[in-house]
Amino acid sequence: MNEATRNIWTITKRELGGYFNSPVAYVFIVIFLLLNGFFTFMLGNFFERGEANLNAFFVWHPWLYLFLVPAAGMRLWAEERRIGTLELLLTMPITAWQAILGKFLSCWVFLALALFLTFPVVATVAYLGSPDIGAILSGYFGSLLLAGAYLAITVATSAMTRNQVISFILSVVICFFLILAGWEPVTNLLVRWAPQWLVETVASFSVMPHFTGFQRGVVDIRDTLFFVSVMIFSLFSTSVILRGLRGA
Amino acid sequence: MIKVENLVKEFGTKKAVNRVSFTVQKGEILGFLGPNGAGKSTTMRMITGFIPPTEGRVTVGGHDISENPVEAKRLIGYLPESAPCYSDMSVHGFLNFTAELRGINGTKREEAVRRVVGLCSLESVLHQSVDTLSKGFRHRTCLAQSLIHDPEVLILDEPTDGLDPNQKHEVRQLLKRLGQNKAIVFSTHILEEVDACCTRAIIIDHGEVRANGTPAELRAQHDLAGSVTLQVHGTPAETVKSRLGGLMLAQKATASLVDGVVHARVYPRNRAMNGELAKAIAEVTTKEGWQFDELHTEDGRLDEVFRGITRPDTLASKTE
Repeated sequence: MNEATRNIWTITKRELGGYFNSPVAYVFIVIFLLLNGFFTFMLGNFFERGEANLNAFFVWHPWLYLFLVPAAGMRLWAEERRIGTLELLLTMPITAWQAILGKFLSCWVFLALALFLTFPVVATVAYLGSPDIGAILSGYFGSLLLAGAYLAITVATSAMTRNQVISFILSVVICFFLILAGWEPVTNLLVRWAPQWLVETVASFSVMPHFTGFQRGVVDIRDTLFFVSVMIFSLFSTSVILRGLRGA
Repeated sequence: MIKVENLVKEFGTKKAVNRVSFTVQKGEILGFLGPNGAGKSTTMRMITGFIPPTEGRVTVGGHDISENPVEAKRLIGYLPESAPCYSDMSVHGFLNFTAELRGINGTKREEAVRRVVGLCSLESVLHQSVDTLSKGFRHRTCLAQSLIHDPEVLILDEPTDGLDPNQKHEVRQLLKRLGQNKAIVFSTHILEEVDACCTRAIIIDHGEVRANGTPAELRAQHDLAGSVTLQVHGTPAETVKSRLGGLMLAQKATASLVDGVVHARVYPRNRAMNGELAKAIAEVTTKEGWQFDELHTEDGRLDEVFRGITRPDTLASKTE
């Protein structure tokens, strides 16, 4: 392991420990699983559909993550700023990038773990029918990318403030925009007066059209790139925010 | 080890630090003095690379903190002002984490943790969570963190803040011991601390260095240092003034009548001779048969120097 990866791993480990040393992780996982079950089986009419796929499960993820991902990630920087450990962390012989990546990865790994614990849904559908395993895997892959994109946005908003609540609200608003941008009622509103290219540009920022492909079992490189670029852009913004913080 | 050149930090239009320069060698303990908001913490934050300077340069062990931050930071142990620690970790976990970030691994890490736990007397709380600690323990935990890699440079922002008198004493002793082969900068507004453990002190006010010298040198900057004061009853002020001012060793004398008592002060021609001056004055008073009380030599008090330098409306600034 070279030094950069070791530093990132050290921070990831600490943050993960931070989740599991407090009740936050357990509460989060329980709520995540309960809501997933509720949405899939009650609202999604999983059984009534009579389909051997997980569409009724994945389709809710953009909405579920809208609140749960900001809740999981809001403390990452805000807490450091509030208790002053930011000064400690950034005067260690590491780069700001290593700290940002370490924190991002810790929460992403945590979300992946929560997502992994939804395997009973897969077991159910496999028991009841013969689902397309490829589609399920691509659905999980897309879901993880979606969570990563939301999380990267939360990391950025978390660095903006020392108040976790503000960080939470800001990231929910931004993620909500990313859902709505491609939603028909919103695009219809734009179509009336805006030129076509503007409508398309706004719509292309939406996570929805990029996520649906994964649910159908299509791993499109463009969709993947979309989520990855949201992550890179947000994490880059985080580094700019952190630099601004120290400059002023 | 530490070289600070023309450091400037502006926040908006306000200059928090203005052209601060100094160097600290190995074996030196530099006390950083100044009123609250004078720019002490800002300067330390720039030395440790937490905030970039608007102008100027900081080099630590030959590494420029802006150009080569990671290398420079490796050499520094830093205790930030409020001694922040991760409150969700145990003391042991926290020290382990900082050691790991410092690149100390394996058995060396256990050794390093054990060493700083001993230095800062943290044995009794080692497995306690940081948020259950008293202020003193939390402070020492953060101090332990700054020592974990046995750094060549120590930057401590108010290391004795929030400690009880015994703990303060222990920390000072620790600094003295560590200072023999490190370059240490620590800020404080407790003046005894400067006498107790600094080899040199800098007084900073409104972002500017106002004084830089050994504690003795600073004390001697006091206008009154070496002067002798006395109070005389029943003799006119003019007589006292001219008689005392005419002494060989005296540079000048002042005397004024307050509540029927003459308060006189005699300044020495040579500060080193103030013992003789007091003796000469005592001889005069017996010869003249003056009734007097309270004859003493002013030491040049550090707090007076500090106040004089950092407050614009006093003696020291008038004579500047």
